[in-house]
Amino acid sequence: MYCEECKKRPATVHVTKIVNNKKTERHLCEYCAREQEQIGFGFEPSFSIQKLLASLLNYEPPTPEGISIAYPEPTKCENCGLTYSQFGQLGKVGCSECYQRFSEKLSPLLRRIHGSARHTGKIPKRTGGAIRLQKEIEHLRQQLQNAIQREEFEQAAQLRDQIRELEKKLP
Amino acid sequence: MFIKDILNRANSKWMEGTGPESDVVISCRVRLARNLAGVPCPHLLNEEQGRQVVKRVVDAIAHKEVEKIVGHLEAVALSELSALDRQILVEKHLISPQHAEAATQSRAVVLREDEAVSILVNEEDHLRIQCLFPGFQLNVAWDLANRVDDVLEKRLDFAFDEKYGYLTACPTNVGTGMRASVMMHLPGLVITNQANRVLSALSQLGLAVRGLYGEGTEAAGNLFQISNQITLGLTEEEIINNLTAVTHKILEQERMARELLRTQTKEQLEDRVGRAFGILTNARIITSQEAISYLSDVRLGADLGIIRGVDTRILNELIVLTRPNFLQKLAGHEMSPFARDLKRASIIREKLAPSKG
Ligand SMILES: [Zn+2]
Ligand SMILES: [Zn+2]
Repeated sequence: MYCEECKKRPATVHVTKIVNNKKTERHLCEYCAREQEQIGFGFEPSFSIQKLLASLLNYEPPTPEGISIAYPEPTKCENCGLTYSQFGQLGKVGCSECYQRFSEKLSPLLRRIHGSARHTGKIPKRTGGAIRLQKEIEHLRQQLQNAIQREEFEQAAQLRDQIRELEKKLP
Repeated sequence: MFIKDILNRANSKWMEGTGPESDVVISCRVRLARNLAGVPCPHLLNEEQGRQVVKRVVDAIAHKEVEKIVGHLEAVALSELSALDRQILVEKHLISPQHAEAATQSRAVVLREDEAVSILVNEEDHLRIQCLFPGFQLNVAWDLANRVDDVLEKRLDFAFDEKYGYLTACPTNVGTGMRASVMMHLPGLVITNQANRVLSALSQLGLAVRGLYGEGTEAAGNLFQISNQITLGLTEEEIINNLTAVTHKILEQERMARELLRTQTKEQLEDRVGRAFGILTNARIITSQEAISYLSDVRLGADLGIIRGVDTRILNELIVLTRPNFLQKLAGHEMSPFARDLKRASIIREKLAPSKG
């Protein structure tokens, strides 16, 4: 479903308004919703009268204009406002933070798509510095173990010094 | 601005028909999907936020170091290009059809003059770095894409997670964010009815096959694109090596099929190639589907030495030159399908004429 206002972006905000006992529903993208209503975001796409009532009775003090909104799902990304059910509809996450937020649900999905849920490839040089270092240290520790098992103590000592050097660089 | 030149010339480097194994492998491409950490994905951005992403990318590519390492890059917002120009970038494989759809300031494409590098800004992901090379040069394409990625990463915070790798809008791209693909011309396998058998086995290897210009499953001009499906859990090198190994295997099979055709059904093959050449050099009205299928036959004939004096570069060039949008660009105005069929036939006759005598 596309936003009623701009007809360009997906409608991710669904607002129900009750004025003088008349109910109107609007389906907007976050941007247009922000422009129009100045309300919060990240709401469930499906709306039911029960939820409306529940929100009116239990949670939401009526605003002066009688605007009420459905409650956000518990699993919502704080950074971009996308809910997991919206992710299900779009097939796309809302931002990079969503991966952490929805990690529990995404891991099995990724395993199904890729047969794995762990990255083994490239690590960015600048922002991934610590991760890179950690991986390198892990690798050296492995070599150290092997050297000790083979009783190559001279090499082991070298590896140990290398590891110490790298560990100093860790933040 | 060299963007204008790119739009006006029909031949891209990838079409030159050069590079290793270019009788079967037309081109290789490596694409890396990257996103800016914390910034919502393009589908959630408004115009202004989208422009900010474009600005960050434009600022990053303007840096001197970028030019030193990967060459001079230029950016253009899609709003500055006509619908026709955007379609031409699609026909040249520089941008995706999805990217060409919306002409907004919040979408852009970054290009290198030789068209080997193109970066789509705010398509499905904030950045899609693409490197395209003629012939079988998958490693070269990966190496360049890797360098573009490195040099941009110095200035842009790419979303990366220790567990999931590079974070992309769609979970099907997460991890390496890499899609490596090889475009192959496989008339031998198609004519000998082996294409389905050979290509259907690829899905078990985590690879996808699709026809290049055809609709649905039909591969117009016997051009197939083979790419990796899996992006998570394999290193970039592993993905490249798998695809390289499979490409070699298909290459071998295609050459065997061609050899079989050349020795076992020599007359039929010569007849087929000769007829195709006859139609292309004489037709007055020709559709793009018809043109591409005869161009495929002539290309096969040229590769096997049945037709002499036809530069394979011309055949590659004609595949793009005779696409609907390119014809309209050449004509300088919109054309009816019939007018295009006339123009297409005349261009093909003209291009193939010198080699006739
Ligand atoms: Zn809107
Ligand atoms: Zn998010």
